[in-house]
Amino acid sequence: MAIVIVDGKEIELAPGERLNGIQAAERAGIDIPRYCWHPGLSVVASCRMRLVETGTRNSETGAIAMMPKLVPACQTPATDNTVFVTNSEKVERSRAMVEEDLLIDHPIDCPICDKAGECYLQDYHFKYGQDKRRADVRPFTSRRREMGKTVTLFVDRCVMCTRCVRFTREISGSGELFVINRGSDEEIDVFPGHPLENKMSGNVVDLCPVGALGDRDFLYQQRVWFMKQHPGVCTGCSTGCSIDVEENLDTVYRLKPRTNPHVNQWWMCDEGRYGFHHVHSDRRLTNVRRRENEGFVNLEWSDALAEIDQRFRSISRLGAILSPHLTVEEAYLLAKYVRQLDPQAVVVVGPVPVVGEDETFKNGFTIRGEKCPNRRGVEEIVSHFMGRVATLDDLLGGIDAGEVGGVWASGGYKQDWIDDATAERVAAVECLVVQDLFSSPLLERAAYQLPAAAFAEREGSYVNHADRLQSVAWAIRPPAGVRVEAGLFWQLLGVPGLVKARRVLDEIAKEIAFFSAAIDLVGPLGVDLKAGVLAEAAATG
Amino acid sequence: MKPTDPKIKWIEEPKLGLAGKMYLPLFVQGLSTTAKHLFSPKVTVSFPEARPQIGNPLIYRGVHRLNKDSQGRVKCVACFLCATACPAHCIDIVGVESPWPDREKYPQSFTIDELRCIFCGMCEEACPVDAIELTSLCDLTGRSREELIFDKEKLLSVYDQTKDAEPMKSNSLGGTL
Repeated sequence: MAIVIVDGKEIELAPGERLNGIQAAERAGIDIPRYCWHPGLSVVASCRMRLVETGTRNSETGAIAMMPKLVPACQTPATDNTVFVTNSEKVERSRAMVEEDLLIDHPIDCPICDKAGECYLQDYHFKYGQDKRRADVRPFTSRRREMGKTVTLFVDRCVMCTRCVRFTREISGSGELFVINRGSDEEIDVFPGHPLENKMSGNVVDLCPVGALGDRDFLYQQRVWFMKQHPGVCTGCSTGCSIDVEENLDTVYRLKPRTNPHVNQWWMCDEGRYGFHHVHSDRRLTNVRRRENEGFVNLEWSDALAEIDQRFRSISRLGAILSPHLTVEEAYLLAKYVRQLDPQAVVVVGPVPVVGEDETFKNGFTIRGEKCPNRRGVEEIVSHFMGRVATLDDLLGGIDAGEVGGVWASGGYKQDWIDDATAERVAAVECLVVQDLFSSPLLERAAYQLPAAAFAEREGSYVNHADRLQSVAWAIRPPAGVRVEAGLFWQLLGVPGLVKARRVLDEIAKEIAFFSAAIDLVGPLGVDLKAGVLAEAAATG
Repeated sequence: MKPTDPKIKWIEEPKLGLAGKMYLPLFVQGLSTTAKHLFSPKVTVSFPEARPQIGNPLIYRGVHRLNKDSQGRVKCVACFLCATACPAHCIDIVGVESPWPDREKYPQSFTIDELRCIFCGMCEEACPVDAIELTSLCDLTGRSREELIFDKEKLLSVYDQTKDAEPMKSNSLGGTL
């Protein structure tokens, strides 16, 4: 058993485990300041902020021999009997000197810098810096260069950690960014005519420890300390990246990747990152409407639900289209509702939007062509009720044969999801209820139009392409007039009390074998359902 | 400043002496202050016929103003520090990229709800560029609530109105002018 000593604390390493000084110190609960080191990137040891003292302990005599010079903790492997000292006077003095050096050439325009509040330079200066500046530099405005459509560079704020350069070389594999000049004139730049335009470009902004790289979409929209972070799941494609939804007063300002080694590691793609603006679109539906003569009239939610329930009860055969944008819980509740009214009801998976093909980057990160978050989850719900994965064609067959009389269609798609011809066939039913975010050919033909909730407003679980279930809570409240599906179906089912996604998931996990692994608490990293199913099969078989 | 900073002087509350413990001497001392004010000249004025005398207009906390720089542009850089410091949440700013080459960010709109404001002066204290200041205008009246939500133009006009009587904080007063 290898033992590493950090500031007097002994850390045991598992056999074969390879950590550097920073990671070993993290185990001991000690945070070593760093700019250039990032767990997802290669080590360059250029920032000099995380210099520590190191030495070796003689395992027989116990005597410790220290090295005379400071070493970078990120580049020093933690092997058996390695000693790290991170809080000695020598180390603290070195950190203060590095901070002072970085600030000699810094504009100190924190009041207008978007990074202020989450800036490493600020944090480390308060923690390790000196309280007086010896350099006589007045605050000045940083030079600015556009790196591409998504990212802008504030040249003078940069501390030359080269995280962004390494990202484009090692993760996205596109290599647009590089360092020009040498010594104190070093700057980040792109080649003329080759801007930073890869599909993961937004990540360099997250990586930047200071305010040098700015997100043009978010620039000056909000100060970071006003925003609250809500753990969520990106609904842009079936990868289902773990994200943080950052909002203030029910407005989403940005999405940031949340570290999840099983799904997205530290990254997310630009499509997901900037794909939340539809949540606050003016075109979103906010009224419950009923078709009357040639037009539509507005209804109250309570009246509409009672009317729909009554009409559905008078129809013998029902159908439901479960959108792959619904959460597992919502899909289950809707299927349960139509099955409660009609035990033979046809429950089908809604159209799965596919745009292009899967795109894999150098490090293995994949943007999937399947542009919905929960196809797997909804498919499993459907096959639980139908015995197989029924698709829209099954429902269309039933409608064409005149068997199905009432259909509840849930949408929630960002893009067009149904064509006129298909919508015409679905609309042949007696009572068509359509719940959607935006207007669609099907919505135009509906008897009842209900506004749907967007991803940041939903609470529940999504199952990604690799059968990993992730549960999220809502981040913002829906706009006035919109009700979140889960609560709606809960009310239609006539269950007393307020809806709680966890309670529904418990029920699903008990009822459907596929979801059995979700019976325990689902942590922030989610649960692998495949492992649960295999374990169950092994136990029973 | 860290709590362990050697420059911080930590002091204990002084212990009560014999006079304090006996209660009566301090009681008489307090009452004498009351008596003194009973017979001193009155400071109450019949407003609005008579105007109150403001001691030092430079530190009085009245209506806000937004200062202008030497080129007549709004000095504010839209950093939101006043809005962050404001305990009454009465400041609303929309910051955008500035149209000027020497400045990066400026407020597209800047509104203060004067009815919500508690005139604590925290905004003035938080401002890193001395753009927002409290003037000595103390008679703030209006015919509607909307009238007392001051926008950027109104706040800049307060500056024009008061800049001669109350100059911006100079460097000697701790300003960044």
